[in-house]
Amino acid sequence: MHPELAFFIEVLIAGLLSGVMYSLVALGFVLIFKASGIFNFAQGAMVLFAALTFVRILEMGVNFWLAIAIALAVMIVMAVIIERVMLRPLVAQPVIILFMATIGLNYFIEGFAQAVWDADVHGLDVGIPDVPWMALLDSTNILVSLFDIWSAVICGVLVLVLAYFFQKGRIGRALRAVADDNQAAMSVGIPLQQIWAIVWAVAGIVALVAGALWGQRLGVQFSISLVALKALPVLILGGFNSIAGAIVGGLIIGAVEKVAEVYLGPIIGGGIESWSAYFIAMLFLIFRPQGLFGEEIIERV
Amino acid sequence: MSERQFGDVVLSFDNVSISFGAVAALTGISFDVHEHEIVAIIGPNGAGKTTALNVINGVYQPTDGTITYKGEVRTRMRPHEAAVKGIARTFQNVALFKGMSTLDNIMTGRNLKMKSNLFAQGLFWGPAQREEIEHRQAVEKVIDFLEIESIRKTNVGRLPFGLQKRVELGRALAAEPEILLLDEPMAGMNLEEKEDMCRFILDVNDELGTTIVLIEHDMSVVMDISDRVIVLEYGRKISEGIPEVVRSDQKVIDAYLGVTH
Repeated sequence: MHPELAFFIEVLIAGLLSGVMYSLVALGFVLIFKASGIFNFAQGAMVLFAALTFVRILEMGVNFWLAIAIALAVMIVMAVIIERVMLRPLVAQPVIILFMATIGLNYFIEGFAQAVWDADVHGLDVGIPDVPWMALLDSTNILVSLFDIWSAVICGVLVLVLAYFFQKGRIGRALRAVADDNQAAMSVGIPLQQIWAIVWAVAGIVALVAGALWGQRLGVQFSISLVALKALPVLILGGFNSIAGAIVGGLIIGAVEKVAEVYLGPIIGGGIESWSAYFIAMLFLIFRPQGLFGEEIIERV
Repeated sequence: MSERQFGDVVLSFDNVSISFGAVAALTGISFDVHEHEIVAIIGPNGAGKTTALNVINGVYQPTDGTITYKGEVRTRMRPHEAAVKGIARTFQNVALFKGMSTLDNIMTGRNLKMKSNLFAQGLFWGPAQREEIEHRQAVEKVIDFLEIESIRKTNVGRLPFGLQKRVELGRALAAEPEILLLDEPMAGMNLEEKEDMCRFILDVNDELGTTIVLIEHDMSVVMDISDRVIVLEYGRKISEGIPEVVRSDQKVIDAYLGVTH
């Protein structure tokens, strides 16, 4: 393969794969937004809390799978507590009130996570080596990290499971019903509280997966909660209420960031990677505010 | 209709009031609803009709007075608890799940009847799948009954308003309620659709024995299908009785035509 082309493909793939990580974080936002119309500002803090819990339990010498199970259980318990203590008293309040509550929740979880565990940087090894995929490198001269490939696979499986969960049976139907119309859902006997607890628990599980994968890359530390900021442009691109949108949005943002950095960087100066996502998001806000897959809001006049 | 037989009192309002801040939406309302009865609540706009329905299914809690349902004085109750106790409803502006098909919408009405646990549900295996099929049969009966076979798989957001109202009735019926609350079931319908809806309401009442409380603006419909009519004005009950009596009540005529006091 032509070395220039191989290099371009390499950059593109690297971008797409880092986009997968953005998608994972964005997914947590979408789940909660779909079911309750709340933009959960605390999603980033949940990623941090999940990753910290996981890494600290591992450091105690607990078996890897058991540590995952415990961290999962902790995220589920946290969801139930959030529903009980924060969401239930605020039922039927305007969405902006709930949004403000999640801002408070964000700072609480951040502080709580570091108080219970600690504020140090923890290395995390989830058992997937961050090395080039040699078979691909030898045959096509394209350098891709095995870790990125595995992240993409895990993310893909997670999305399929979620899509299935949302589509099938009583719970899936109840989730979609609550997402569509709270009042009507309650009138057919769907307990809003239970559904909200489930959705927050699932968002917590997604946060754990995102936290573990980001944690291996960056180390588990406070700044991991800031990846939530990268999810914002992804959401604007994909639409706040579309699972597919979160995935495609993440891939696009990831790819554009890397390609822009490598090819435009030398021309207009480096550091594009950190702001190009927000630039795209701004263009979308102007020309297609509902995002690629979001539902267009039509007001009846 | 003179030979119609009713059962015991199933729902009873005793001096129920509700206010939102300084606005009194209902003031000292009392009435009884008997089993198998069709009761219509009528009144000018803003009379408190929808508020009354919202109180029955637990959207609002009365500020004063008591509600007795099936012989039990009811304290605070949330809408999904009302649903558990056999109260189903439709909404004035149709509150269907717009992103879902007719079939899925009506299936949500079966939600309370489905028992398999969360774990099996999540994975949708074994018992959950069998249960789904079982309830699917009940839903098909409702679909047959309402003659909406042809739109089974259609996304309800794409249906005309008249059909949406019918699907919403189907969702309420799927729960096999004891009391069915209908908020303006015929609003925005043409004559033929209204006749169909009347027939469905009467059939539900007749064949399933369901008690029905409805709000409706079309007076000819109200007079045709109701056993008893309750008239509200400014949150107060101004008249109650069989249609013939209410129709000729001077207070009711004044309320509708407007008089200078």
